[in-house]
Amino acid sequence: MGEEDVHPMMITDATPDAALVACHDCDLLHRKQRLQSGQKATCSRCGAVLYRQKQNSLDRTLTITLAALILYILANIYPFMSFKLEGRVQDNTMLTGVFELAARGSWVLAGVIGFTSILAPLFHILGLLYVLLPLKRQRQPWHLASVFRVVDFLHPWAMLEVYLLGVLIAILKLSELATIELGVAFYAFIGLMLLTTMAAASLDADLIWESLEGAP
Amino acid sequence: MSTTPTTAAKAALIRCHACEKLCRMRTLPARYQACCPRCGARVQQRKSNSLSRTWALVMTAAILYIPANTFPIMTVEFFGQPRHDTILSGVKALFESGQYPIAILVFFASIAVPMLKLLGLAYLLVSVQLRWKAQPRQRTVLYRVIEVVGRWSMIDMFMVSILVALVKLGAVATIEPGLGATAFAAVVVVTMFAASSFDPRLIWDDMEDETCQKT
Repeated sequence: MGEEDVHPMMITDATPDAALVACHDCDLLHRKQRLQSGQKATCSRCGAVLYRQKQNSLDRTLTITLAALILYILANIYPFMSFKLEGRVQDNTMLTGVFELAARGSWVLAGVIGFTSILAPLFHILGLLYVLLPLKRQRQPWHLASVFRVVDFLHPWAMLEVYLLGVLIAILKLSELATIELGVAFYAFIGLMLLTTMAAASLDADLIWESLEGAP
Repeated sequence: MSTTPTTAAKAALIRCHACEKLCRMRTLPARYQACCPRCGARVQQRKSNSLSRTWALVMTAAILYIPANTFPIMTVEFFGQPRHDTILSGVKALFESGQYPIAILVFFASIAVPMLKLLGLAYLLVSVQLRWKAQPRQRTVLYRVIEVVGRWSMIDMFMVSILVALVKLGAVATIEPGLGATAFAAVVVVTMFAASSFDPRLIWDDMEDETCQKT
């Protein structure tokens, strides 16, 4: 990456709290420095990323997330792919995988797969919109702190890119026995995966948390 | 004014785990819970019971790891011939069919990553408990890798869910999920919780005086 890392100055006891940031991996205190776009500040001791400069974070994340919601809907209602063997055709959508597992008694597996590939991405997108839409109109959403905390928690559990690799391997395994045709949902899903990754990259969490301080 | 760089803990500051605000420590009356003045989350200097919690989760995952690898993750029935696939046999089949890039990918995601997580977390826990001073930075990087890479082990589970839904052609071909898949999904979930309950700041807590001055 062509980014230039900045080590903010380490601090002494006399610096006021607001200008400080503590490393989340080693607890070392640093004095905040202004960054230029594309730069990131890293910890001088353990190398963790402390913060980044992101431009137009609010507008950009909001737009990307709205587009992601549309693709999410497409990816979940249209057939993902179809499987043809001996003149028989079998379709599936993202949801049928979960229902099939549950129907065969694998409840735990169905729960984990359903949560990581369907529920967590959905709630992540909805939570972001719930937080970003009012902030765009200079209002503070109701229970901002709790909702944004949930959004933060859900992030590692939304495993769209992992799911896509699972799909590719499934296709590979089946391609020897039968014909696989990719459906609308497959392409929508690729777009959805790219958009959620972009949304995560453009989201500036500090901006959201700081909006709590400005409110009456 | 001292010129020695310091940590949040030494400066009597606590970083809120949710919103990252630095809060000043104060002594609270008994039975009061410290909350972040900005977002209201409970603040603690370090994750609570980090070591015992992480040990418990690592042990659970290690136990689940055995059925995850010995029981089949799926049973493929093709024209009445059942074949049991385990995690290992799946990777082996990919290697044998010559799909090397994919085979290596699945090997990493399904075999190397879970092992790395279990052994890596155990190593980090032991190193903190024995107060090792060597290579704190490398250990922190190891922790970061463990945290990021864990979710990729779900690849095989997603593959099973797709195969089960697609291949249900009655007498011709069906695929049933196996017990190994449930155990493996549980290993992934439990190790993800184990990684998030470990507090990497513990690696640094004992050696602050020396390393602060060095850099």
